[in-house]
Amino acid sequence: MIVRGPILRSRTVLAGIVILVIGAFVPLFFSGYVLGLLTVAFYTAVFAMAWDLLFGFAGEVNFGPTFLIGLGAYTAGILDARLSPAISIWLCIVAGAAAAVIGGVVLALPALRVRGPYFGLTTLVAVLILQNVVVVFAGLTGGEIGLSVPDVMSVSETTNYWIAFGFMAISGAILYGLARSPVGLVLQASGQDPVQAGALGFNVTKHKLFAFIVSAFFSGLAGALMVFYMGTASVGTFVDISVGVQIIVAAVLGGRRTVMGAAIGAVFLIGMGEALRPLGELATLIVSLIALAVVMFFPDGFLGMLQKRSNDG
Amino acid sequence: MLFWQILIDGFAISALYALGATGFTLIFGVSGVLNLSHGAIMVAAAVAAWALAGLMGAGPYASAAGGVLIGMALAMATYFVTVRPIQRSPRIAESEKEIFILTATLLWGIIISETVAYFFTNNAKTVLPIVEGVVTVLGVRTPTNEFFTAAICWVAIGLLWLLVNKTRQGKAVLAASMNPRGVTLLGIELTSIHLAVWLIYGLLASIAGILLGMFLGVSSYSVGPLTASAFSIVVLGGLGSVTGSLIAAYVVGYLETATAYLVSPAYRTIPALLLLVVVMYLRPQGLFGRR
Repeated sequence: MIVRGPILRSRTVLAGIVILVIGAFVPLFFSGYVLGLLTVAFYTAVFAMAWDLLFGFAGEVNFGPTFLIGLGAYTAGILDARLSPAISIWLCIVAGAAAAVIGGVVLALPALRVRGPYFGLTTLVAVLILQNVVVVFAGLTGGEIGLSVPDVMSVSETTNYWIAFGFMAISGAILYGLARSPVGLVLQASGQDPVQAGALGFNVTKHKLFAFIVSAFFSGLAGALMVFYMGTASVGTFVDISVGVQIIVAAVLGGRRTVMGAAIGAVFLIGMGEALRPLGELATLIVSLIALAVVMFFPDGFLGMLQKRSNDG
Repeated sequence: MLFWQILIDGFAISALYALGATGFTLIFGVSGVLNLSHGAIMVAAAVAAWALAGLMGAGPYASAAGGVLIGMALAMATYFVTVRPIQRSPRIAESEKEIFILTATLLWGIIISETVAYFFTNNAKTVLPIVEGVVTVLGVRTPTNEFFTAAICWVAIGLLWLLVNKTRQGKAVLAASMNPRGVTLLGIELTSIHLAVWLIYGLLASIAGILLGMFLGVSSYSVGPLTASAFSIVVLGGLGSVTGSLIAAYVVGYLETATAYLVSPAYRTIPALLLLVVVMYLRPQGLFGRR
């Protein structure tokens, strides 16, 4: 269904490299405020890329990326809040990623049984449940006010920027490489026609479970890292459905099935939201309008437009 | 005393849920669309009624009618702006239309609720009840409006049942929800059925929204939970099954009310969510789902 010639392929890679080079020069020219903004944008970019692996390639509509992110963020945050300073934050981050992977497997169980909208619904319900659990066990999780963690990775905006930037670059490279690998192709085949992929002798269930685990791992890891950047974990930043919506919109906006597009979409969304902040309440409205327009008129997203142009030319 | 209280309050809330979810499930049954702007349309209709009464001095009936009109207009706009273009788009693969419609209706819902919040703030708004006063039934002091709410909901659902089961056009809608292709083979225009269903949906969702505005009050914060509860009810009952939705609405409504009274209002939604998870694992097609 998707034909990718060598030109398109190099275009996407090229776009990625250009972005990385621009990103590397940002700390030289911009203030700590911009760096802080981009740090958040980079973590969001990883969320969106992990989501794209699951939707774009495995064909699973995950409405609850924040279930995995929230699990990672809260596991890491709670461990640190309870055990600090006896525990290293990196151990907390690993634990967060592990919790997200377990959550991903639990989420995958019904997904491998049900098709179509039902799986999307399950993931949505998972988010609602996690949100309720956080509020109910307020003693442990900080409830609606949020959980503050005693440790942060660094107080320097530049260091935080580099950690997030490096993390995004590595995650992006791994996810992109995975998507291009034979495993990624089998995933695409299983996403588009599970019956045929199965008939060709591929174990669809195994591959999809693998996609879930990888997606959950990166979501959880990014969530846990972001907790130690922000110093707090709250439902509003990690679990709320609106956060999940933003991730999905970012991935669709940038271009599905591209991995890199998801990152571009995430940086664009966060940047737009900030640029429009002077407009106050209208900012969300305008971002939603732009996103809707892109979804309706350019369903292939930014990278899709880029690829189309390179096709024409 | 507490028992009767739960029974009465739960009945009214469940009737509201049932009305809200009926239109939602009808659309899914006929066109396979899950409309995620549902909560936003309900809230917009209620806020419109509130604004007509509060800012322009319209009477309770006139403002309710105005709210319903606005809600129906928004439902039609949802269909024409987001759903139909995607359904007809040649550039989006069939298998991906579902996620596009979900994303687009979700964004559309955000646009509606942000517009409402921009013009009328985020504050909770209570629509002036049509029926005022309090009556004591079975030892429970209950606002008369609660009974009015339940009555309107059931009259609306009853009328819908009559429409679907007793009229020619209604039977066409029912047939379309069972087998869209079969209906087209019989020479019935599917487009007009979709239009009719969206109109009915807009009517039901707006009435539910305005009644909710009278009963509990609404704000843009209710948008998400409203969509989510319609979602849960419809999944629990089985996507596309109206009877299933009605029963599920009562299960969810009573579970929530009982939890709120007996345990704590903070845990209100949890048992229903857990029930939903159990159903998803054991019987993914819902209690009364066909597929």
